[in-house]
Amino acid sequence: MIEIDGVTKLYNGRPVVDDLTLTVPAGAFCVLLGPSGCGKSTTLRMINRLIAADRGTIRVNGEDVAGLPVAALRRRIGYAIQSTGLFPHWRVEHNIATVPRLLDWPRSRIRDRVTELLELFRLDPETYRRKYPHELSGGEQQRVGVARALAADPDLLLMDEPFAAVDPITRDALQAELARIHRDTGKTIVFVTHDIDEALRLATDIAILDHGGLAQFAPPLELLENPASDFVREFVGTQGIGLKLLSVRKVSERMREGETADGEAIPAGATLRDALSEMTARRASTLPVADETGRVVGAISLGDLVR
Amino acid sequence: MIALDPRGEERSTRARLEGRTTLVQSFATPTLWVAILFAALLFAMPHTGPVFHWAFPAVEPPVYQRDSFVALFLSHAGIVAVASFAATVIGIAAAVFVTRAAGRDFRGIVDALATIGQTFPPAAVLALAVPALGFGPRPTVVALFLYGLLPIVENAVAGLETVPASVRDAAAGMGMSACQILARVELPLAAPVILAGIRVSVTIGIGTATIGSTVGALTLGTPIFDGIGGNKMPFVLQGAVLVALFAIVTDLIFARLEDRLRPPSAR
Repeated sequence: MIEIDGVTKLYNGRPVVDDLTLTVPAGAFCVLLGPSGCGKSTTLRMINRLIAADRGTIRVNGEDVAGLPVAALRRRIGYAIQSTGLFPHWRVEHNIATVPRLLDWPRSRIRDRVTELLELFRLDPETYRRKYPHELSGGEQQRVGVARALAADPDLLLMDEPFAAVDPITRDALQAELARIHRDTGKTIVFVTHDIDEALRLATDIAILDHGGLAQFAPPLELLENPASDFVREFVGTQGIGLKLLSVRKVSERMREGETADGEAIPAGATLRDALSEMTARRASTLPVADETGRVVGAISLGDLVR
Repeated sequence: MIALDPRGEERSTRARLEGRTTLVQSFATPTLWVAILFAALLFAMPHTGPVFHWAFPAVEPPVYQRDSFVALFLSHAGIVAVASFAATVIGIAAAVFVTRAAGRDFRGIVDALATIGQTFPPAAVLALAVPALGFGPRPTVVALFLYGLLPIVENAVAGLETVPASVRDAAAGMGMSACQILARVELPLAAPVILAGIRVSVTIGIGTATIGSTVGALTLGTPIFDGIGGNKMPFVLQGAVLVALFAIVTDLIFARLEDRLRPPSAR
């Protein structure tokens, strides 16, 4: 759990973060969202004290970060950034092992952990561990960057626009992987982005920041349905709001159990937006729905989307 | 298909470069041949009398004899080594200092001092240093140190500044201390550029050290100045050829070191 309590950061006397109070529950995927200059990155970097807060306190799992030794604090918080910051003179395995090495883990444990992480990101360990960062594609570099952040198994992961610099297809794949890892590990993630669609896709909670203050803190659906202010309404975007609403709801919420339909089934975990897209593409108004095992468990029709 | 993949090709080149240099390969380098030539001339110079006598019949003796060329070389190399070592240590320390937050304000002063060191003629430094340090190798060490500082400081600052901000940010964010960031990330990444500065400094230093002979330092410049003073051309030639070869061998050795230090992405 992260408690940000009345935190202010001034640059040249002007507040970039202004009396911000925000509590991120343990296990949440909290996205800090806002236009550039809203203080989202500064807020993130105050959590691991890359930037010192001028006023207020930040507590991680109940402990005031200002009272902890800074190196120890950072070694137990994962950190991933947009341009990856991979060390160009170190091989992939050495890069991933950065924090375990700082923590003096035994060699065999480091080796096993690197293998485990490469597998988690579906990078073949024997092919990738000996490569240098420049030998990887942008998406692979970003995977290694996130793997490095997870290396010492931190409870908390800070990510500053990690997928902003990769192409849309790679970004889509990376988002899916991160969502999977969040689901499987239950880590608390604080994620900075200015991309509303990325936020809606990944977040359990979204904090919209405006001029260093909190404009709204809510789960994605509530943010879309009940924007707290005109700023939030505008930022979320009135255009395509219907599609955004469909994108935060799952097929499983609307399907009719026991019914069935013709054609290939879509997964119950897919979004309603995926369902609409499939219906349009197949010119079918009803689709069968399958559970994780692939068994057809129900059906969803066009009318269910707008229920 | 694989042959068309540029990354695959790059990998095979790298694999070759990373493989151990075999005995045959190291014999095939110009560095070794020039070094052998230099060493051979150093030892054989006293026996080249007939050649120089044939070319300059009026000069007697035809070969510089007061000191052995090996002794001159060792003294010359020692003076350059001491001066360059000091310039390297102090130059890198100054560069590290001015690239930290605490030392940023001193950047201009350090730049100016290093530039003055380089522009102030070494001959004048020698003249000024003799009253304080006396005749012998010491004034030469001081002159070479001052003269060699600028390329080292400049390159070290440039090298440290090329380390991407994102790399430093990531290192700090993962909990490396300032010293660990410097030792494990910044200096290794800056190393090729720093080494290029040391290379320039040392190579220039080898040539410049010859003037130390005017204030009593024993160098390969000693026969040169002796020859100029006594109008003995062969002495000038003997000293000059050896100094030039010494500088070339050193430069080639540094070039090989630089290749080894270059980051994997640039190999």
